[in-house]
Amino acid sequence: MDVSDGASITQKLPPERSRFGRLLDNERLLASLMIAPAILYIGVMVGFPFSLAILYSLSDATTGNQTLHFVGLRNYIDVLGDPVFRKSLLNTFFFSLCSQALVLVLSKILALALVRNFRGKRLVRFLILLPWTAPISLGTIGWLWMLDSIFSPFDWILRKMGLLGAPDALFGPLSNLYWLGEPSLAMLSVILVHTWRMLPLATVILLAGLTSIPHEILEAAEIDGAGFWRRLFRITIPLMLPIMTIALLFGIVFTFTDMTVVYVLTRGGPVHSTQVLSSWAFFKGIEGGDLAQGAAVAVFLFPMLAGVAALMLKLAHRTEVA
Amino acid sequence: MARLRKIGARSSLYGIVTFFVVFSVFPFYWMLIAAFKRDHDLFNPANNPFLFNEPATLEHLRTLLFDTLFLKYLANTCLVGVAVVCITVLIAVPAAYSLARWSGRWGENLGIGIFLTYLVPPTLLFIPLCRVITAFRLNESLGALILIYPTFTIPFCTWLLMGFFKAIPKDIEEQAMIDGCSRMGAMVRIVFPLSVSGLLTVVVFAFTLTMHEFIYALAFISVSAQKTISIGVPTELVRGDVFRWGPLMAGALIPSIPVAVLYTFFLDKFIAGFTMGAVK
Repeated sequence: MDVSDGASITQKLPPERSRFGRLLDNERLLASLMIAPAILYIGVMVGFPFSLAILYSLSDATTGNQTLHFVGLRNYIDVLGDPVFRKSLLNTFFFSLCSQALVLVLSKILALALVRNFRGKRLVRFLILLPWTAPISLGTIGWLWMLDSIFSPFDWILRKMGLLGAPDALFGPLSNLYWLGEPSLAMLSVILVHTWRMLPLATVILLAGLTSIPHEILEAAEIDGAGFWRRLFRITIPLMLPIMTIALLFGIVFTFTDMTVVYVLTRGGPVHSTQVLSSWAFFKGIEGGDLAQGAAVAVFLFPMLAGVAALMLKLAHRTEVA
Repeated sequence: MARLRKIGARSSLYGIVTFFVVFSVFPFYWMLIAAFKRDHDLFNPANNPFLFNEPATLEHLRTLLFDTLFLKYLANTCLVGVAVVCITVLIAVPAAYSLARWSGRWGENLGIGIFLTYLVPPTLLFIPLCRVITAFRLNESLGALILIYPTFTIPFCTWLLMGFFKAIPKDIEEQAMIDGCSRMGAMVRIVFPLSVSGLLTVVVFAFTLTMHEFIYALAFISVSAQKTISIGVPTELVRGDVFRWGPLMAGALIPSIPVAVLYTFFLDKFIAGFTMGAVK
């Protein structure tokens, strides 16, 4: 934008600025006017429902009767006494921790590989990102077919290797493992799909951190005789700690609160063995119509989110200072 | 010896990369072959499932396009996407500009606060939002999604745009104002044209995030003709216990690929937003 542009703009302006125009020159007013719609939208569509969630959890509202009649902590007592809820709470932690531990290790390995140069890197990047960039509900459908009770390719391979379907086979005489029908295998499947989904995001975040480490430091360490592992654990990982924390926090938020994978794969089954907090809130509140109990279940997601948010704020402020 | 080590490092690199590519892509490959396989081939446990044992067929694709509401889902998704993009841009652009230009410490915290609302999950909000939707008389309509989706696109896009606007030097605007531009004029005529790439990023993200969304759509839409692609395919192509695998796989694969391509192009900017300036 050079001066001649500015000059042409001047000529179009009316000589006398209107009162409204002068008002708009007031910086503070303009700033608040511009941010107001965003705050209003978030207030009405996030803040208000959020408070309503807490109110619902203290009431006996159902889909049929949404009037708020308060019943105190009864919903929480009911929910806590419900074995399905306790199972979901446990599962939520179990799924998030297992998949995030896997993601952290695998993404570290993958990022270390992708930071190097090789032919076809752009294509590889696109392919590796697919689980994150494609809509998750559709990607999970691919897994649903892969974990099919009769036509699973995993079963086919095991059968061909003689590990399944013979009387003395390692995985038993049945011709299929029934991935989503067997509680422990269903659990493994859900963890696997969550890992598959979150791996790309963690990898690109770590990759961004990895490329920002000054090359000289690593070279100097190499000249001083530090091997690959020593450089990894003494330089790369400590320097990347903040960014690894960020990757982990996002991973936790996205797996802890997700219900898409569970909904598409197992609907929480068999017998609630893969039920998580968010899917249980959905089945109770939306499909079962018990808004109050559903809200009480969902509110249990909040302490974890608050913790993550606090950590993020701390990290954000620290990086600003640095 | 050194040469040997180099070859070793190289092959282990390729080994690792191959492993991860197979892991990431296999479900999509699986969709691809199922989408073009004859049912007779697909439903024979003895056949090698990784290959075509009989000639490929376009039958599933035909079923998907003409016997299901697939095209309607696509149209619904695009409609919601375009509307959400418009709302997001209209609200996020001024907010981001305001935060980028007039932020003291207070503005900084406000910016982070807005970003954090992106992390409030749908699963916490869908129950009370039922009531909000009823209040607006938007039950079972795409309008409900158009109203709700900006709750996650606005926070994220505001945050991203804030970074873009901060990168444009303030001097340029001041120059324009000295030359007689109003404050608004400086913003609209000077800053916006300079941040086209930022605006484009935001448009792409608002659209792809909309296409990805599953939980709100599942909770608020149950009429077939109003469904979007992300819930229409998983819920409508399954009849009771009968999965129509061929059309289902075609329906999952077809929308995934363009979304993934679009997303990948802009991913670096997305990550820059996520890492909140921790990586320069």
